[in-house]
Amino acid sequence: MNLEKVIFGFFIVLAATLNFGFFIGDIDRPELHHIYELAAALVVSLIATALKFGDRTQIGAIHLSTSLVADLQLIAAAITWAVAVHITGEGMTPSVMSSVVSLSGGALFANIVSVIILIIETVMLRR
Amino acid sequence: MNSAFFLVLRRMRVPIIVVIVIYAISVFGLTLVPGIDAEGKAAPPLSFFHAFYFVSYTATTIGFGEIPTAFSDAQRMWVTISIYLTVVGWSYSIVTLIALLQDKGFQNTLTVNRFSRRVRQIKEPFYLVCCCGETGNLICETLDRTGHAFVVIEKDELRVQELDLQDFKTDTPALAADASNPDNLLLAGLKHPKCRAVLAVTNDEETNLAVAIAVRLLNPSLAVIARGRTPSVTANMASFGTDHIINPFARFAEHLALAVAAPERFRLIELLTALPETPLPEPHRPPRGQWILCGYGRFGHFLADHLRPAGIELSIIDPECDPEQLANSINGHGTEAHTLRQAGIERASGIIAGSDNDVNNLSIAVTAAELKPSLFVVARQNHNVNGPLFAAYGADFTMVPSRIVAQECIAILTTPLLAAFLNLLHDRDEAWSSALAGRLQALGSGLTPAVWGLKLNISEAQAAYRALMQGRRIALGEILRDGTDRSQPLPAVTLLLRREDQMILLPPDDFPLAPGDELLIASSLAAHRNLELTLHNPSELDYVLTGHELTGSWVSHWLAARRKTTGHRS
Repeated sequence: MNLEKVIFGFFIVLAATLNFGFFIGDIDRPELHHIYELAAALVVSLIATALKFGDRTQIGAIHLSTSLVADLQLIAAAITWAVAVHITGEGMTPSVMSSVVSLSGGALFANIVSVIILIIETVMLRR
Repeated sequence: MNSAFFLVLRRMRVPIIVVIVIYAISVFGLTLVPGIDAEGKAAPPLSFFHAFYFVSYTATTIGFGEIPTAFSDAQRMWVTISIYLTVVGWSYSIVTLIALLQDKGFQNTLTVNRFSRRVRQIKEPFYLVCCCGETGNLICETLDRTGHAFVVIEKDELRVQELDLQDFKTDTPALAADASNPDNLLLAGLKHPKCRAVLAVTNDEETNLAVAIAVRLLNPSLAVIARGRTPSVTANMASFGTDHIINPFARFAEHLALAVAAPERFRLIELLTALPETPLPEPHRPPRGQWILCGYGRFGHFLADHLRPAGIELSIIDPECDPEQLANSINGHGTEAHTLRQAGIERASGIIAGSDNDVNNLSIAVTAAELKPSLFVVARQNHNVNGPLFAAYGADFTMVPSRIVAQECIAILTTPLLAAFLNLLHDRDEAWSSALAGRLQALGSGLTPAVWGLKLNISEAQAAYRALMQGRRIALGEILRDGTDRSQPLPAVTLLLRREDQMILLPPDDFPLAPGDELLIASSLAAHRNLELTLHNPSELDYVLTGHELTGSWVSHWLAARRKTTGHRS
C-alpha cells in the first residue's frame, strides 16, 4: 500500500463528493446550495492539485490538468458569488445562483474525470 | 519543460498544502465567529469574501487593520490564532524554497540545464574540447584568439571556475563533468549539427580512449583528435578509426631528429605549426655526433628510435636500465658529475635531460653545462607550472608536451591543407626552406604567422566566388591587397593552392584564380580578417580590384544597374 496514493485518492474523491453535495438540488434556489460546501470543495480541490505538483508521469500530468480545471471552475464560481453579494449588491438572485451552480457543475465534471482516471489507474495496477 | 521546474514543484508540495490548509482554517473560523456593530450589539460574522480579504492581508503581514468594521473580542481572539498560524505557514514555505535554491543537487540541475541550453543555441561551427588542463587551456586560448567557438568539458570543478575568470572573447559554455561519460558528451553537443570535431586531450589515456569510442559510435561523421601515450592505447584508438592520434613524445623525437638532419626544413615546419601570433621560437641547430640521453622510459625509447637513424650515437643513463643487456648504458640519474663523466661527456656534443621529473631534468642540464659549457642541452619540461624555471635556465631546446599537443591540434583543426603542404616539403632542399622561412619570419614583427585555409566557394568567399563565376579574371596577387588602402600589399604568403587534384606550391602573384580553389595562406591574424572581408563583401572586393568605391546599399545597386541598362538602350 502506497500512503501517497491513499492520500491523493482521498482528496480526489472528497473533492468530488463535496462538489456533488453543493451541486445537487434545484439550480436556481439559493437555500439548496450552501456556501460552506462550495468553500470546502474549493479548498480540497486546491490540495488535490498541490499533491500532483512535480509528478512527471503521464497519468500524474492528466490528474494535474483535470484538477486545475476543477480549481478554475470553482474559483470562477466563488468570484461570481462574491461579485453578486458584495460588489453589485444584487444578492443571490435565481440567475446568479444558477451561474454559480453551473460553474460548480463544470468542476464536478472535471472531478468525475479525475475519479475515473484514478479508477483506471487502480485497475491497471497488477501488484 | 526542464527538470529544475519539476524539482521545485515537487519539493514545494508540502509547504503549499500547509499554506492552503492554514488559509482555509483561518477563513472558515472568521466566517463562524460573530462580530459586533457600532452600537455594541451582536452582528453576523464576516462573509467568506471579507474573511478571505482579511486573512490575505494579515497573513502576508501587510495589516490594514480591522476592515470593514471594528472586530468583536471573539473575532480578535481568532485572528490572533490565525496570525501565528499563517506566519508559521509562510515562513515554512519560504525557508523550504531558500533551502531548495541552496541545495547542491538543485544547483547542479540548474547548471546542467543552462549549459545544455547554451550549447543548443550555438549558431556557428564549434569544437568540443574534453579537458581543460595545461594542453586544453593552450588550445582554448588559441581557438579563442583565432575566433573559433568551442565547448569545454572538464572534470575538475575548480578549473571550470578558473575558465570563467579567463578573459575569453567568445562566451564559452563549460561543464564540470567526466568526459568519459557519453551522456555528458551528448549534453556538450556531440550530436549538434554545428559540431566540427572532438578533441580528447586529457592527461588520462583511458578517458581519451573512451571519448574516441563514444564519438565513433554516437556520431561517426565527426573528426576525433586524441592524445595517446602508450602503444597499446594508441593502437586501440587507431582501430576505432580515430582521425588523429597525437603522441607528444613521438612527435618531439621526430622534430629533434629532423632538426639534426635538416635544420632549415625543421625551422620552416616549426614556424608553420607554431601557435599563431606567439613569439618566434629560437632557431635550433643541434649538432651531430655523440649524445647523452638521460632517462630511457617511453620518451627515451622514442628519441633513441628516431635519433639513431639520423646519425647520432647515444649513450644512455637511466636508474632502471641494466648495463649488461643494453649496450652503451649506465645505471644512474645523470644528476651527478661522475655518472655524466662515465657516459663520456667530454666527447659528447649534446645531452637530453628526458626523465619524467622536472627538478631532475634541470639538475642534469645544469650539471652537464657546468662540466662542458659548449654542450647542446635538450630539456624535457613535464609541467607548465615549471615554465619560468626552464625559461630562466634557457636550454637550447625545451620539450613541453602540452605545447606540442596543442600546436598539432590547432594545426590539424584550423588548416587541413597544412598536412598536404608539409608532405610536399620532403623533396625540397635546405636553401628553399631557408628562403621561405625568412619570408614567414618577416610577416609579423617578432611573432609567428597564423596559417589558415580558405576555399573560394559561396560560404567562405561569397563576393570572390560570384565574381569568378561571372567570368571575371582575378589573379592571386590582385586580392592580396590591403582593403583599407589598395596601394599597400597585404603581408601574406600563399603557401599552397589546390585545384581538384592539382597542388601548386607557392603560386606566383599573377596566378589566375578559379572558383573552388583552396588556398593555404600564412599571414597575421589582422591580415586574415582583412582578406576575409575583401573576399566576402562585393563592394570591398570591387575597391581592392579596381579602386572604385561602391556604395553598399541595395537601392543604390539597383539604381546603378538601371542607369546602366537605360544607357544601353538609348
